[in-house]
Amino acid sequence: MAHNDVRDTVHEFIRKNFVFDDTKTIDGHTSLLGTGIIDSTGILELIGFLETNYNVKFHDAELIGENFDSIDKITAFLGAKLNGR
Amino acid sequence: MTSADWLKIDPEQEIEKITRVIHRTVRRTMRRRGAVVGVSGGIDSAVCAALCARALGSENVLALLMPERDSSALSKRLGRELAEKFSLQCLEEDITPVLDGAGCYDRQLDAITRLVPEYGVGWKNKIVLPSILDGDRLNVSRLTVQSPSGEYRTERLSVDQYCQLVAATNFKQRIRTMMEYYHADRLNYAVCGTPNRLEYDQGFFVKGGDGLADFKPIAHLYKTQVYALARALGVPDGICSRTPTTDTYSLEQTQEEFYFALPYDKMDVCLYSCNNNIPPQETADALGLTVDQVLRVFRDIESKRRATLPLHLPALTMETVEPIAAMISECK
Repeated sequence: MAHNDVRDTVHEFIRKNFVFDDTKTIDGHTSLLGTGIIDSTGILELIGFLETNYNVKFHDAELIGENFDSIDKITAFLGAKLNGR
Repeated sequence: MTSADWLKIDPEQEIEKITRVIHRTVRRTMRRRGAVVGVSGGIDSAVCAALCARALGSENVLALLMPERDSSALSKRLGRELAEKFSLQCLEEDITPVLDGAGCYDRQLDAITRLVPEYGVGWKNKIVLPSILDGDRLNVSRLTVQSPSGEYRTERLSVDQYCQLVAATNFKQRIRTMMEYYHADRLNYAVCGTPNRLEYDQGFFVKGGDGLADFKPIAHLYKTQVYALARALGVPDGICSRTPTTDTYSLEQTQEEFYFALPYDKMDVCLYSCNNNIPPQETADALGLTVDQVLRVFRDIESKRRATLPLHLPALTMETVEPIAAMISECK
């Protein structure tokens, strides 16, 4: 799957489900956790979406901020995971 | 100055200040005769009940024990001991049938069996979070179950399973509050809320449940300070020495497993440091943690504050409704 497709899908999911203020925009490196865009329930929702949509399973050790704190990080992590299988 | 000094208070002076405010609030502002306190066998409700007894007279305080199917027997025993010690009126209301009628247990079971199909009679459960000290772990909730033969298993919850399990469990706090208001209405009493500062600040309460009350006498006190008041008030040793627990899920669950990043004494120091701009290095030295760990706790504190802010908000009206708004303002 192309890198940009993953990025667009993740961006659209986050925009639709977590950005409730229509005047706000997020870019690839916006901290999703640090800015409060995604809270602990949102993280569960995001993980569930990615696992279902891309048919992957995340291990506990992979559930860290380094892999999920921005659209760029999610895209890079997910891309590597999809390429590695 | 050490971290122990940061949280030091004069217990007698604090007790005097709080009892004066309780008396004024309940009698003069609310025009109520006494107070209902939901007593859990824990330190916070014990201190609140003892403060109310001192402020309003022990004969004007109702200690309400509200066990349900998953409650520990120890909670009830300690609650009764507290009521006896301070000569409070004491009533027990088993809320299991109400919870059953509302579908609390069935809805919990439905959420759990979608993750652990074999879960059933004789099994126990609790929700746990990973330790924030172990690294940059996300706050991803997991379900720990214990089979009737004693084996433990921990599985990650999906968002649907997690939200349904929490929503069903929240019936417990909401039914307890409903019961407190039944007795408050019957006796012309006010309802005393029991959150300490950690719980209040971090949104560790259920809106319309334990978050709903007429006054909250210890919401400004760190838990360490609540213990200091408990000792000064003469709260029974069994309560003072008990490890804080949620007593909400069927498996024994500490508060830091479910919600807070650290045990209460360390959380208190981190919250105090956060509130008073104490450098992370100084906090780390005080607690024997690394600066990275302290920074993670600080971020977690900020994140929980943001996420739970709606729990503090009253119902918003579309515009200010006078003269009620002005009258409420006068009460404050």
